[in-house]
Formats: sequence, C-alpha cells, structure tokens
Amino acid sequence: MRGKSVNVIEGEGYRVVDQPEENRVVLEGTLRLSGGDEYAPILALLTQALDRDGRVTVDVTGLEFLNSSGIAMLSRFVIEARNRADAAVVIRASRHVPWQGKSLRNLTRLMPALDLELG
Amino acid sequence: MSETYGPYVDLTSDAGSEYLHLSFSSGSIPLKQRWRNNGLSADFLGDYVTTFFPKEPGEQGGASRSEEIRSAVSYIANELLENAMKYAHDGRGEPIAIYVHLYPDRILFEESNGVTAEQAARLRAFITQLQETDPGELFVSRMEANAVEGGSAGLGFLTMTNDYEAQLAWSFAQGTAGGMVVSTQVTVRV
Repeated sequence: MRGKSVNVIEGEGYRVVDQPEENRVVLEGTLRLSGGDEYAPILALLTQALDRDGRVTVDVTGLEFLNSSGIAMLSRFVIEARNRADAAVVIRASRHVPWQGKSLRNLTRLMPALDLELG
Repeated sequence: MSETYGPYVDLTSDAGSEYLHLSFSSGSIPLKQRWRNNGLSADFLGDYVTTFFPKEPGEQGGASRSEEIRSAVSYIANELLENAMKYAHDGRGEPIAIYVHLYPDRILFEESNGVTAEQAARLRAFITQLQETDPGELFVSRMEANAVEGGSAGLGFLTMTNDYEAQLAWSFAQGTAGGMVVSTQVTVRV
C-alpha cells in the first residue's frame, strides 16, 4: 500500500509544488541545500510525477538560484527519465534568470530529447 | 614553498586592484547551522560587486550585464564557500578566507582553507583529471556516475568551467598553524 503522496515541499527561501492536474512540478526561490541527502525529498517529488505520467514539465522560471548539488539532483532526475522508454521531459526556464541560460543546457547532453523552453 | 596547478597568481604583489576580503573562523557551531551563511556571504559579494559594474543604459533582451555579473559572483562564491565548509579541516586553526579582486575585464576569486593530507591528495587527483579531460565530457561522466552511486564532488568546479568559462588554479602550501592550506583561484571574464 502506498502512503499519501506529498505535493508541496517548503523550506527557508524555496518552495517546490507538484501539480498533478498538469503533471507539472514548480520550483521557486533559492535552493542551496547541502547535498544529495537534503535534495532527496525534491528528487522524490519529481520522480513521483514521472511515475504518474511519463510526460513531466519542470517549471524553474521562478528559481532564482540553484547550487551545484541542486544541478546534480536535476541531472539525476533527467537521467532517470531518459532511462524510461516512454518519458518526455519539458524544462520551462527563463532567460532573465542568468544561471538558467548557462547551466540548464547541460541537461540536454544527458537527455538529447529533453525539451528546454527558455522563454 | 608551495605547489601550484594552473595559472596561479601571487596576489600579495597585486596592490592595484579593488578587492573585498571575508574571513571566517573554523568555529564550533555545527556545519548544518552554519550552512546558510554561505548563501548570505555569497549574495553579499554578488551585490557588492555590482557597484563596480553598474547597469548600462539601453540594455535589452535577457538579463542585464550587471545582473549576469551579480549572479555569477554569487554562484561561484557560494560554491567555493560550500566546498570550504565541507572540506575545511577543523582543529588546525586555519580560517576560511575568500578574496574577490576586481579588474576592468575580469573578476578573480581566491578562497583558502586548511585540509588534511588525504583531502589534498583527493583534490590533486581531481585537478589532474580536470586538466586531462574535456570539462563537458567530465560533467556528463560525473552525472552518469552520480545517478548510480550518488555524490557530486567536483561538480561546482565543473559548472564554473563549463557554464561560466572560468579559469581555475590551485596552490597547496604550509599554513601558519602547521597544517596544509589549499588556495583555489577562479577567474571569470566580464
């Protein structure tokens, strides 16, 4: 039996929301957690969306800052999606947030079919 | 006597540049409680630097140059401080120090902290790998390995070189308190 799924994770300066109706996960604020263990609940929320429906949108337009441990967590999610035959991932990003234009393109090296929407 | 890797610059003879210096004692407060100070310090450095690179009139499109610089300084400083907090060897009395030197065409960071001989050996091995491998390929291989076994050591340096086109250099030297001190320099063009 599966437990009740978590839809929102909030911490100091950040918020991650799973929106099942759109199969979208929204990350907002500033994420500077200290490593893989601290990012595990967020990775679990992203994977929960992937389990529900292979087509997932990850919206980071409101994510002002992500440290390298967070980039590692997103990379891990993208590799997990790539390894599933039926998965499709859209990353919605903003060119007005400098790190997003610089760092997110690396994710397409891990999953060439990833759709990076830099609006 | 020090051992250097990459284009390491001796900043003691550099009197001409503007700089800002922050130094932290090792302290006894647990790492978890101190962690948020990395972000506070990094954001402060990012905001401080924008005074020297003001917004240019008529900028259009994506983020402004000033905002790009603020963001890059905040990211790099945060990664350097996170590394220092994770790997600094407490108990040897070496403080964690970060300098940001400003030049018209570049920003140079220097962060130093005490390390154990074992940590120094691990860092040297990573530096050798970084010097011998394309950073883009190294990013992909590290992320693939991370997906299987966890851990993202060195990713901060890889994102600096891949995403911010930063140049990295290191110095290993004897510290004043008897242990070993590693200094990392990161240079970004602006």
